[in-house]
Amino acid sequence: MRDVCVVGVGMSQWGEVWRKSFRELFVDAARAAIDNAGVDHLDSLYVGCMSGGLFVGQEHIGALMADYLGMPGLPAAHVESACASGGVAFRQAFIEVGAGLSDIVMAAGVEKMTDCSGDEATAALAAAADQEYEVFHGATFPGLYAMMAHAHMHEYGTTREMLTAVSVKNHFNGSMNPNAQYPFKLKPETVERSVMVADPLRILDCSPITDGAAAVIVCSEEAAKKTGKPYIKVIGSAVATDYIALAQREDMITIKSATLASQKALQMAGKKLDDINFAEVHDCFTIAEIMVAESIGKYKPGQAGPAFLAGESALDGAFPINPSGGLKSKGHPVGATGIAQIVEIYKQLTGQAENGRQIQGGPKVGMAQNMGGTGASSVVHILEVA
Amino acid sequence: MAGIVGYGAHLPRHRIKVEEIAKVWGADAPSYKKGLMLREKSVPPSDMDTITLSVEAAKNAFRRAGDIDRSQVGAIYIGSESHPYAVKPSGTTVGEAVGILNDCHCADFEFACKAGSEAMFVALSHVKAGEMKYALAIAADTSQGAPSDALEFSAAAGAGAFIMGNDNLIAECLYTHSWMQDMPDFWRREHEFYPQHGGRFTGEEAYFATTRGASNAILKKSGMKPSDFKYAVFHQPNGKFPQRIAFELGFTQEQIDPGWLAPRLGNTYSGASPIGLTGCLDVSEPGDLIFMCSYGSGSGSDAFIWKVTNRINEVRDKAVRTHKLLDENLIYIDYGTYAKYRHKILKNK
Repeated sequence: MRDVCVVGVGMSQWGEVWRKSFRELFVDAARAAIDNAGVDHLDSLYVGCMSGGLFVGQEHIGALMADYLGMPGLPAAHVESACASGGVAFRQAFIEVGAGLSDIVMAAGVEKMTDCSGDEATAALAAAADQEYEVFHGATFPGLYAMMAHAHMHEYGTTREMLTAVSVKNHFNGSMNPNAQYPFKLKPETVERSVMVADPLRILDCSPITDGAAAVIVCSEEAAKKTGKPYIKVIGSAVATDYIALAQREDMITIKSATLASQKALQMAGKKLDDINFAEVHDCFTIAEIMVAESIGKYKPGQAGPAFLAGESALDGAFPINPSGGLKSKGHPVGATGIAQIVEIYKQLTGQAENGRQIQGGPKVGMAQNMGGTGASSVVHILEVA
Repeated sequence: MAGIVGYGAHLPRHRIKVEEIAKVWGADAPSYKKGLMLREKSVPPSDMDTITLSVEAAKNAFRRAGDIDRSQVGAIYIGSESHPYAVKPSGTTVGEAVGILNDCHCADFEFACKAGSEAMFVALSHVKAGEMKYALAIAADTSQGAPSDALEFSAAAGAGAFIMGNDNLIAECLYTHSWMQDMPDFWRREHEFYPQHGGRFTGEEAYFATTRGASNAILKKSGMKPSDFKYAVFHQPNGKFPQRIAFELGFTQEQIDPGWLAPRLGNTYSGASPIGLTGCLDVSEPGDLIFMCSYGSGSGSDAFIWKVTNRINEVRDKAVRTHKLLDENLIYIDYGTYAKYRHKILKNK
């Protein structure tokens, strides 16, 4: 398999983007990525999207987006793995370029979530859980993650302060991200007094509903060099799944798909966890960031929370997590999230992170962990400076 | 110069607190109180509707107008989104009740929460054009909000009435400006009991864009700036929105205070900014300038600049002041009574 690179990235506006439609968000991000990379054509397109059907009544997304990008005829496909759709779309582009089938492929993600009501969006998101065994019985994602949080608190003594530390740190990082939906800092007491959603998770423990798109150009090293633009290498890629319903799993406090995918990706990259300088992880809820940090093996079970309280995951900590602001501050247009993680890793590894959120010391290797549902799917990528 | 020759308001005595509604639905009362700046709202009892509210407000307007000849009132317009009948006007009933008979143009107006200011605009235009000596405009609502919906915490009742004319003015209208755009932020379709809304979408793209559009346009047209005004009143779907747009435009809390009724009154829909204007007139002095901007979903705003005359000192206390209606003689009710008053309890016929 030949080397695969990322040479350009782009994002649309993220937030409640009332004046842009589903397709316009995608085109904004795709054009930004093409301009950023300086490529003159694409060989194919993968679009990660969790549920165009439920959010805006639109399927056949690959063809639609190729059309509106002004490239009818382009091979294009929609990739779905719930909130991990973007990460899996990126992996499809990686495989296609690595296999030598194409030289320049766009991996993109998009979601338009505010054209429907909050209740409809919650119901659409719940389609990522087990409809028969969870959703029909009243479960929603905040409810499922609240149960996971309670289990983690019961087993390891994880505290309210540890959850708060995740939100405060991500908002601090996001305050420096020009693409963030909520680019403001939070005080711990603001998080702890925010409205309860599903005990123990408060509104400021939860990632928001977001309209947005992100796109990256995945290409061979030869094509990357031709552009003359900074590029990075994709050195590890893996997807893993788990039982979809929480009740089927051995426990609710580890995310096995994250464990499996990270192990496989590290093995492919020929790296150890200690070689990774920072990570973008799927903090759909504050508890998820703690559980993922433990599940990928960075911390022993129960140790991530105390480490976060001590500042280890901060931008200047031993292992920065979510320098972009994460899903919490940057926003979570579900299908675009996995691609936006790659955007941040590209910026960090090429020294282009804006407004003082550049990790100091020249990070060499970054990890992206993107997951679907309560962790029924996880996709992990490891990227390295070229 | 055309303007207001008589004004008056009427509010129900009954109130329900945000905590009482929140208790029933398991909602977080502090977040409504802080987030939307709502404390309580008025509730019309079973025998009060847009027509009876309008009659009381109109009577107060006639008390302040003095002994004017009812036969010279050439138009009666009522703006509301809760006219008791879908087909059959409110205006004819109100007209008869206040002594306006026969030789009169009558129409009920509808434009979500802008219907009241619309009635004021058209009434004012008639007298300005010299078509008639007086025209009566009433803004009234017994607002609907679906049980457990965010609107239930704000939907309230009240009315404001204004007699427009050219002589003996209490306030001259110096400028008007109207602004509209097609906007699906809030609606109620035929045969639906309660309005629907687009949640957070109703803010920036709808209320703020429209109110901002009309306000900036009338300031530009008049060459005036916020500091020129003694008072300012905006449509108030809650306490927060009018405060936010006021501050954004450069008005102060002191300027909006007399007309900023929503925290204690709730959202009186078509009545909101017109009743707020009555609150400002009650405390104004000759020469004061008052800025007013309504808002109706769909969406549109009517903006007015009023200049108070010497006559305010003669008429201010010829009828009850709006803040007295807001503050005194209140009856606090529980959710059960509220549900009964608002016909939310199903009974066999």
